[in-house]
Amino acid sequence: MSKKDLGLLILILVVGAVVAIINPRFLLPINLANTSNLIGLFGILAIGQAFVIITGGIELSVGSVVALLGVLFVDFIATRGMAWPVALPLILVLGGIIGLAHGWLITRLKLQPFVVTLCGLLIYRGVARFYTADGTAGFAFGQNFPELEFLTAGRSYGVPNSFIALIVIAIVMWVVLHRSVFGRYLYAIGKNEEAAKYSGIRTGRVVMAAYVICGVLTALSAIYFAMYTRSISPASHGQFYELYAIAAAVLGGFSLRGGEGSLIGVILGTVLLQELQNLVNLLGIPSSLNFAVMGGVILIGVLVDQQWGVYRERRLMLEATRKGAAGAAAE
Amino acid sequence: MNYSDASIGASTIAPFLSLEGVRKTYPGVVALDGFSLEVRPGEVIGLVGENGAGKSTLMKILGGVTTPDTGTITVDGVAHDGLTVEASIGSGIAFVHQELNLFENLDVAANIFFGREPLRAGPLRLVDRTRLRTLAAPLLKRVGANFSANTPVSALSLAQQQMVEIAKALSIEARLVILDEPTSSLPLAETDKLLDVIKALKAGGISVIFISHRLHEVERVADRVVVLRDGMLAGTLPKNAINHDQMVKLMIGRMLKEREKAAESGRPPGAVALSAKAVRTSAYPDRPVDLGVRRGEILGLAGLVGSGRTELARVLFGIEKSLGGSLQLDGKDLVLGSAADAVANGIFLVPEDRKLTGILLDLSIAQNISLPNLPAHARRSLVSARAEAVTAEKQKRNLGIKAPSVATRTGTLSGGNQQKVVLAKWLAMSPKVMILDEPTRGIDIGAKAEIYGLMRALADAGVAVLMISSDMEEVIGVSDRIAVMHEGQISGILDKEQFSQENVLLLAVGKQPK
Repeated sequence: MSKKDLGLLILILVVGAVVAIINPRFLLPINLANTSNLIGLFGILAIGQAFVIITGGIELSVGSVVALLGVLFVDFIATRGMAWPVALPLILVLGGIIGLAHGWLITRLKLQPFVVTLCGLLIYRGVARFYTADGTAGFAFGQNFPELEFLTAGRSYGVPNSFIALIVIAIVMWVVLHRSVFGRYLYAIGKNEEAAKYSGIRTGRVVMAAYVICGVLTALSAIYFAMYTRSISPASHGQFYELYAIAAAVLGGFSLRGGEGSLIGVILGTVLLQELQNLVNLLGIPSSLNFAVMGGVILIGVLVDQQWGVYRERRLMLEATRKGAAGAAAE
Repeated sequence: MNYSDASIGASTIAPFLSLEGVRKTYPGVVALDGFSLEVRPGEVIGLVGENGAGKSTLMKILGGVTTPDTGTITVDGVAHDGLTVEASIGSGIAFVHQELNLFENLDVAANIFFGREPLRAGPLRLVDRTRLRTLAAPLLKRVGANFSANTPVSALSLAQQQMVEIAKALSIEARLVILDEPTSSLPLAETDKLLDVIKALKAGGISVIFISHRLHEVERVADRVVVLRDGMLAGTLPKNAINHDQMVKLMIGRMLKEREKAAESGRPPGAVALSAKAVRTSAYPDRPVDLGVRRGEILGLAGLVGSGRTELARVLFGIEKSLGGSLQLDGKDLVLGSAADAVANGIFLVPEDRKLTGILLDLSIAQNISLPNLPAHARRSLVSARAEAVTAEKQKRNLGIKAPSVATRTGTLSGGNQQKVVLAKWLAMSPKVMILDEPTRGIDIGAKAEIYGLMRALADAGVAVLMISSDMEEVIGVSDRIAVMHEGQISGILDKEQFSQENVLLLAVGKQPK
């Protein structure tokens, strides 16, 4: 765990302690379970986003994808009678295809990630609304999928299974990002794509793979969100979720220029964001201020981080000067 | 300490600039140690020294970016303890840097007067474009420019852009122009133009400090050569004593036989390893190129900048798609879809722009070296830091990379050591064909010699080495054969006995050698 991650963890604990002191309900098992469920859902989304951001890209369409794939999933299993073990992988594949399409447009046709995914944001939202004729997709009364519901919305030993899923995914993705050949390529491309290319890395394929990973993880979280809300109105479902994911990555130390950030960071970023949401609810802050609180905290976080970097550099310089002076005196 | 007489051949004219006992220390380093220098009006001083000898510190002091710890700087009769940026500009000191500071999207006149544009009357403060051009024209004439004031900078060659920089210096009525490595990226013929500009400045009574690693150019223009070594004045050479060997001796404190060593070819070259047949590149899409590089030889590729050499190298390395023709490796047809294909076939490129394309400055030495061959440093696709360190340690030892450890960030290394890291990542694999594009640009003389030695060792081991270089001494000193490019085509190939600066130049401009 880097110093940056440790700082974030301490911030999370301090904020948690303060909230718990003001409102002890923060520590109630039901509140913790709810919050960790949300951390699970948004965390999966944020990990996908992180893989794209590390390459210096951005994926703005995830909120709309959550809506579109959520609508499709519910429609497949609730109205079309598809078995969920068939529908689930199908949705994941669809998410992968969306990611592949984005990656292809970005790497082969050299379009800017912001533009491609902004168009995606608009297109998928429109398609989702058209698909249900702007109606709500949901389950009929009494319709049950016990195993699926257990896996997505259920709990084991009081811990939401969505949170457990996040932990499992996080561990796997940590290995991929920080230990694998592919992960090294991602960092290299994020730092300097040209130099990576000149080192014989097939940068196009690697970047495309990052978008596919993002697409699949987004699809997975779309299923979780669908099973969590159980009814989806495609006009608003998943709105701004891309921004939650990006915010979590930025809080977690990712640079939008690429090449920087850790998996632990993005998870901690998600945790902090959800903690803030919870704080707004528990401290009786008007929920209309929700976004303002989040924006404010992110801004302060990024500022402190940057100023800390400046301070550390200055201290290093001073230390070197002192050493130099001592060395000169010794001569 | 050797304060050798700076006033050799001096006239009675007062110096424009004089430095007395200037000392500057940085944490742990003495960058300049009691340095003294006098520059007279109309005098061209050649300033040479290895990287880290203190040249940049001296420039920073003269530019007012930093102040010396002790010593005095006298400019035009006024003594200062240290200059500020404003004082430096105000007293007529102008810089032309190695990296040009021009706005490519603006035209020449706009660049010359940037921030000081003549304005039209009226509250809108519109730029007076007509006056801008009429003001720029005489300046361009003084530097011998053959382009007009409204040419966009993006359409100019590097040497022409440097002329714009010098015109800019003239526009602020500079009395001392400091040229920092102005020719390091210039090809042969363009360099001549720049040296002519220096002579024109001199004739106009303007002093010049010419900093260069290319000693034969210093030889040609300097009235006096000042050699820096380890922050001290290693010596000055008056006009009649300026020669290559003397400068090198003062720079490194010993004689160096670097080129002779590199030139000793071990054995006769073998069969053609990599050849291009009627390949067409983006530089000259209608001109087919034929070139073959043999195993065991160093083939020098000379020519003017823009003659299509870099584009050819990019095609041979698979970065750029060939617009036609074919490539053969060991006699078999080769199709390169990407640099990854070239690497898989043992064709490696040390690119021209080290910091942009050669290495990743943020990665460590070990990570840079393992990058092209990462799967070999991994078990079940998980990278083994130990395997990386083992490879890197070996290369660090073999190439003499100077760094605290292989975990050091490459961004903190000197240019020469960075270039060694680029070489190391390829040497750690087994090269068949090694293409080096300007491999010693901006590298000090000691590291240069080592890189020449490495290239020769590669050739002796049977690797086909293709070296692109704009440095005439280097091309002639290092190559076994020289191919010269002119406007997208090979205008001729010289064998060892035909080597001469004149022949290379003639071919470079499309004429027949003698």
